[in-house]
Amino acid sequence: MPSTLLKKVWDAHAVRTLPNGQTQLFVGLHLIHEVTTPQAFDMLRERGWKVAFPDRTIGTVDHIVPTRDQRRPFGDLMAEQMLSSLERNCQDYGIRLLDLSTGMQGIVHVIGPELGITQPGMTIACGDSHTSTHGAFGAIAFGIGTSQVRDVLASQCLAMDPLKVRRIVLGGRLQSGVYAKDVILEIIRRLGVKAGVGFAYEYAGDTFERMSMDERMTVCNMSIEGGARVGYVNPDQTTFDYIRGRPFAPQGDNFDRACAWWQSMASDPGASYDDEITIDAATIQPTVTWGINPGQSIAIDDRIPASADEEALEFMDFRRGQPLKGTRIDVAFVGSCTNGRLSDLREAARVVRGHRVAPHVKALAVPGSQSVRAAAEREGLDRVFTEAGFEWRGAGCSMCLAMNPDRLEGRQICASSSNRNFKGRQGSPTGRTLLMSPAMVAAAAVAGEVVDVREFASAEVGVGG
Amino acid sequence: MAVEKIREITGAAVPVRGDDIDTDRIIPARFLKSITFEGLEQHLFEDDRLQSPGHPLSNPVYASARIMLVNANFGCGSSREHAPQAILRSGIRAVVGQSFSEIFSGNAVAIGLACPTASADALRDMMDAVEREPATTVSVDLASMTVTCGGTQYPLTLPSGARDALVNGSWDATGQLLENFNEVRAVAASLPYVSAAW
Repeated sequence: MPSTLLKKVWDAHAVRTLPNGQTQLFVGLHLIHEVTTPQAFDMLRERGWKVAFPDRTIGTVDHIVPTRDQRRPFGDLMAEQMLSSLERNCQDYGIRLLDLSTGMQGIVHVIGPELGITQPGMTIACGDSHTSTHGAFGAIAFGIGTSQVRDVLASQCLAMDPLKVRRIVLGGRLQSGVYAKDVILEIIRRLGVKAGVGFAYEYAGDTFERMSMDERMTVCNMSIEGGARVGYVNPDQTTFDYIRGRPFAPQGDNFDRACAWWQSMASDPGASYDDEITIDAATIQPTVTWGINPGQSIAIDDRIPASADEEALEFMDFRRGQPLKGTRIDVAFVGSCTNGRLSDLREAARVVRGHRVAPHVKALAVPGSQSVRAAAEREGLDRVFTEAGFEWRGAGCSMCLAMNPDRLEGRQICASSSNRNFKGRQGSPTGRTLLMSPAMVAAAAVAGEVVDVREFASAEVGVGG
Repeated sequence: MAVEKIREITGAAVPVRGDDIDTDRIIPARFLKSITFEGLEQHLFEDDRLQSPGHPLSNPVYASARIMLVNANFGCGSSREHAPQAILRSGIRAVVGQSFSEIFSGNAVAIGLACPTASADALRDMMDAVEREPATTVSVDLASMTVTCGGTQYPLTLPSGARDALVNGSWDATGQLLENFNEVRAVAASLPYVSAAW
């Protein structure tokens, strides 16, 4: 019987049905970082348990890492203590840690894919909700909390309820200046921030098939913002070509055999879905959020709707019927697990090349990993950014979530390529976030206000999709 | 491992109104820099409370609440277990809402915090009742899957796995996951990417 990727991967990793009816699911790859693991290791120690499969666990440091001065010890003593704690835990339990000294450090959802650690058909868990990113490879990847991190460390398993699958079919060409970020913002705007609860989102159709792996990762990354803990794209030749030759990928003949297995895990034609929706890619516009959740967005040419939520308007100090175009910004942030990859930096650099950041704007370009940073520097992107007046930083989560020195102050408004516009998300309890694509952030940085990247003076606009 | 069986939670309730209350609001990220969960309850909804002086969690009439009443998609956003930890450590033993984000409810079960759902109408009635009379006793019964508030009973729902785990005291899952570990090894060996037998 034709089956979905979700069901095939689930069945391949199901250990047994637990007495309460949940599935004991084997976790093929456990990614860990400094913030959500110290208490899990403490619980392990208290109970005298070992890490069941240390080889299936890989650590890195991203959330609390400063991006300006990464010398140890960090200026923030709590950050230093947190990092030391992860170092000690990885050492004690025999877990590989890709830390700042390795050249492989970075945001966990950037380094997994770029090192070839993330592969199709895997189950992947990490104490971070944006673990859905790895679904771009046709893995079933999802965020967990710290007690579940303990469960995975101790047993390499989780107790899970099954998921339904909603197929989101996107067909047609994206307009010039429209990016993967606009696609996922549009999906969340249409379906809402809670429609995905209980579902995995399967992204299908020729628009996704044409997307690069970086673009697929941007879409899958924000599945959780639509309520879906899991989002995936079926693996195809684009996936295999991306993985080939990466350090942790199968090598030689094994690679070809791996491709055959990966391909076998893709959803079959004729598989049945619990729900299906279709979107015409050509209708999607550059999109910007106006509110306090990622579903509250409009196309750049639109106005804030009459139905806009009062609490969000009050927090943002926006009015119904107001356009976002022309909104003065204070900060521009290019980076994060959503849009901190090389292709994102290239698109942003293409917009700022030959321009200057507006005098009142503080602009940050933050590579998602040490490898991304090095690759960008080989292309001279660092000089494009710094000559335009951007700060060029070290790798980390930076201003996405305010656990490091990069944060908004007071009521500042930030044009941000990150994933969440929640109240206080970027570090100031009253700070305001406008989510948009990296190209739109770059254009806003130069203009000093929200603009349509397609109309941006003399910019060579890239073609998304 | 023997853990508490959670069947009935009775006491005062605190209403926290609003859909889509995310975990950044429940516990802002700056409080995640500690390597323990201790003291998190002091910062529960800290920024919301600073910005709205009338926030129910700042109101002493709700100080002894054991149940929190919320609306839809509570706990969306970040996977931080710090959010349910802060709620649990503040003395709350059950959160009754219209719906919960999946990661939040998974985290809540894993630490023994019951998060059953009730209808929007039931929540509106219960929130109104508790706001009129904060001393109203609310009783969450996971055996009969009902909540009683001021003499009125409403049905509750909870996925059967979570309910069973709470009621039978198996919500701390690690012990169960370690039983029959040979089966875990067998699954690992069957996966080509684990065994490297492509």
